[in-house]
Amino acid sequence: MSSALRDLPRRQFDSLVIGAGGGGLRAALQLAQADAKVAVVSKVFPTRSHTVAAQGGINAALANVLPDNWHWHMYDTIKGSDYLGDQDAIEYMCRAASKLVIELEHAGVPFSRLDNGKIYQRPFGGQSQNFGGEQAARTCAAADRTGHVILHTLYQQNIRAKTHFFDEYFAIDLIRDDNGFILGALVLEIETGEPLLIEAKTTLLATGGAGQLFRTNTNAHINTGDGLAMALRAGIPLQDMEFFQFHPTGIAGRGMLITEGARGEGGYLINKDGERFMERYAPHAKDLASRDVVSRAIFTEVKEGRGCGPNADHVMLKLDHLGKEVLEKRLPGICETSRTFLHIEPSEEPIPVYPTAHYTMGGIPTNRHGQVVVPVEQGEECIPGLYAAGECACVSVHGANRLGGNSLLDIVVFGRAAGNDIIKFLKENRYHRKIDEASVQAALDHLHRWDQKGEGESVAEIRADLKAVMEEYCGVFRTEEILQQGVEKVLEIEQRMKNVRLQDHSKIFNTARIEALEVENLLDIAVATVTSALARQESRGAHSRIDYPDRNDQQWLKHSLFFKEGRRLDYKPVTLQPLSVDTFPPKARVY
Amino acid sequence: MKFLIYRYDPESDKKPFMQAFELADDEIQPGMMLRDALLKIKSQDETLAFRHSCGEGVCGSDAININGANGLGCLTAVSSLKQPIEVRPVPGMPVIRDLVVDMSQFFKHYRGVKPWLIVHDSEPEVEYLQSPEDRDKLDGLYECILCGCCSTSCPSFWWNPDKFRGPAALLQSYRFLADSRDQATEERLEDLDGPYRMFRCHTIMNCVNVCPKSLNPTAAINNIKKLMVKDMV
Repeated sequence: MSSALRDLPRRQFDSLVIGAGGGGLRAALQLAQADAKVAVVSKVFPTRSHTVAAQGGINAALANVLPDNWHWHMYDTIKGSDYLGDQDAIEYMCRAASKLVIELEHAGVPFSRLDNGKIYQRPFGGQSQNFGGEQAARTCAAADRTGHVILHTLYQQNIRAKTHFFDEYFAIDLIRDDNGFILGALVLEIETGEPLLIEAKTTLLATGGAGQLFRTNTNAHINTGDGLAMALRAGIPLQDMEFFQFHPTGIAGRGMLITEGARGEGGYLINKDGERFMERYAPHAKDLASRDVVSRAIFTEVKEGRGCGPNADHVMLKLDHLGKEVLEKRLPGICETSRTFLHIEPSEEPIPVYPTAHYTMGGIPTNRHGQVVVPVEQGEECIPGLYAAGECACVSVHGANRLGGNSLLDIVVFGRAAGNDIIKFLKENRYHRKIDEASVQAALDHLHRWDQKGEGESVAEIRADLKAVMEEYCGVFRTEEILQQGVEKVLEIEQRMKNVRLQDHSKIFNTARIEALEVENLLDIAVATVTSALARQESRGAHSRIDYPDRNDQQWLKHSLFFKEGRRLDYKPVTLQPLSVDTFPPKARVY
Repeated sequence: MKFLIYRYDPESDKKPFMQAFELADDEIQPGMMLRDALLKIKSQDETLAFRHSCGEGVCGSDAININGANGLGCLTAVSSLKQPIEVRPVPGMPVIRDLVVDMSQFFKHYRGVKPWLIVHDSEPEVEYLQSPEDRDKLDGLYECILCGCCSTSCPSFWWNPDKFRGPAALLQSYRFLADSRDQATEERLEDLDGPYRMFRCHTIMNCVNVCPKSLNPTAAINNIKKLMVKDMV
């Protein structure tokens, strides 16, 4: 046994939650309220997690504004997913939505209100009444700061429930024994640079998405997909990684998000001729078509020379007709963002926007109980002790394209579901299993790789190159040729990574080391993303292949699974059978 | 563009010092924020430690002291600043390294005001009703991002960091006092009574001047005092 292994401090909890965004905190709350001993590890203070940046709202068929029910929500979500979503999980989510939104309200979320005192709801993209009929208004909102209020409220409820927090600890790797059980994780205390082993009967990955894969993105610096890469390194595949959402309205060239709620409140997109071009692409839903549809439309407008600005490289989001009062009341955050970053007053001038990398639809494969599942000869089986929820997971409720307002819903529904299943698991598994020391040693070796000194490339160079490659070779529109080059370029960067050295070897709050570990994670995810994208020879949802412009249900109505070892791809069927209602069979998707 | 940045790594430095950095003109883009500049400096010298994340003023990670005033790096345009731009950690907190401070005391006070909704009645199966007018009373309170710019610019907080709750925590307290759904007014007010927890506020108003979200903790504190008076009569 190495001295590092012998001296390693160890802590024991019933349950470990990695990530303190909405998914992790909702699960932790469920566990703490059931008197489980739960540890939440987060690389940033919990309210800094990226849930805080969600703007527009959370979907639930409360019918506070227009007629609605969960079944219509289910249909819209399946259609939005381009039929790649699993219908059992989607039914589960849509049925749970109203109850969980009410629960959030009871927990203190300051939702905006209607005159009758009920929760305010606004229309969002891809929503309809009566299975494809008139626009619905399903998105419950607190102005345009809905993620902020949900994250803060869940954190507040967790401190009330006395959840144990490890703030500013970075998770390195999962610990796994020969029987396949996950036994916790090796983590690093950022302030002291000291590793710590957290032993737990269950581990929930709730580490969020990987928007930092792309140069221009709406995501926070911390969104480096750490849990996805940890899963890959533990031998677990990633599902549907080729589906990455580009949000239609990031601030052009900068990336800051302008919520879909801006169009929900009545804003619309115009090209250089002042034309409301979405009428051509989606005659019925117009600006409130699904995000993949609107992003492709903007991309096409610009490509065909109808872009705005001196370089004709973006379109405009027009809001001035809504009036200052509505904008200040319903969209105060984006007014602030426009003023700060663009010196634009949205009540007077339109906002320059362009599709921007936003959301990881793919992720760690789970069932609707949050259990991580992997394929075996017949069907699939759970990885005992391992769970995933939120953006890092792929349940899959978003399939090939997520609807706006469904991600905040996803995190609370499946954070809670995972919490419930963990409680069951803890009842059946009363004692900690023996730690596999070889697995801990491997995690320590991974960490200590960064102690190597000497000359070498910098992490910053690798990161910049990786993001540029992903943007250029794995963007909105893709072809065989471009993706093939993308794979080669990402693999070249992977080779260069071996020669990267840190110059900062301080133990104290060493952010350079954290960034090195993050870039390693991004690199693993980039390989998964571009490899899965190259293989899928069809266009579905966010994955648009110019060389295969149509959806091909015969061959491709299936989930991709990427394994790190040998960069192997496998596939599994989409669950078309819901829990209690009839299947929504795939049909042509028009908005 | 010239910068002077506070450096301190307790592992290698006996005491803190100010280090000069320079960014060439072609590295300064229009609309560049201080956070972008710090990231450029960090790509030259990766040992510079600072917190940051969302880059748009919602996560609250990057509170720093900029030319003597607290603010968020991501919302402060470099073009608006006098050079050399002096960047230091927010004052009054123990420095961990460079611009990174230990915020434990700040969060202890936050937890101390019980920042969660307290309702004694049984829960209905639907949402609690709240009129738009009552909901409006939370505007200017709920938007706090816990960056700490306010509390760490407050002399009363510097003098009594262990006893005075500080503007951020008091703003949070009032966010729940002002919520028509909350039923713990009395215990919240009782908890703030006494010479220190709230009454150390001498309306110096530094908190108001530095808040990057344009919130007004001083007004919140005054409103708490009004509630206390009302509670007494």
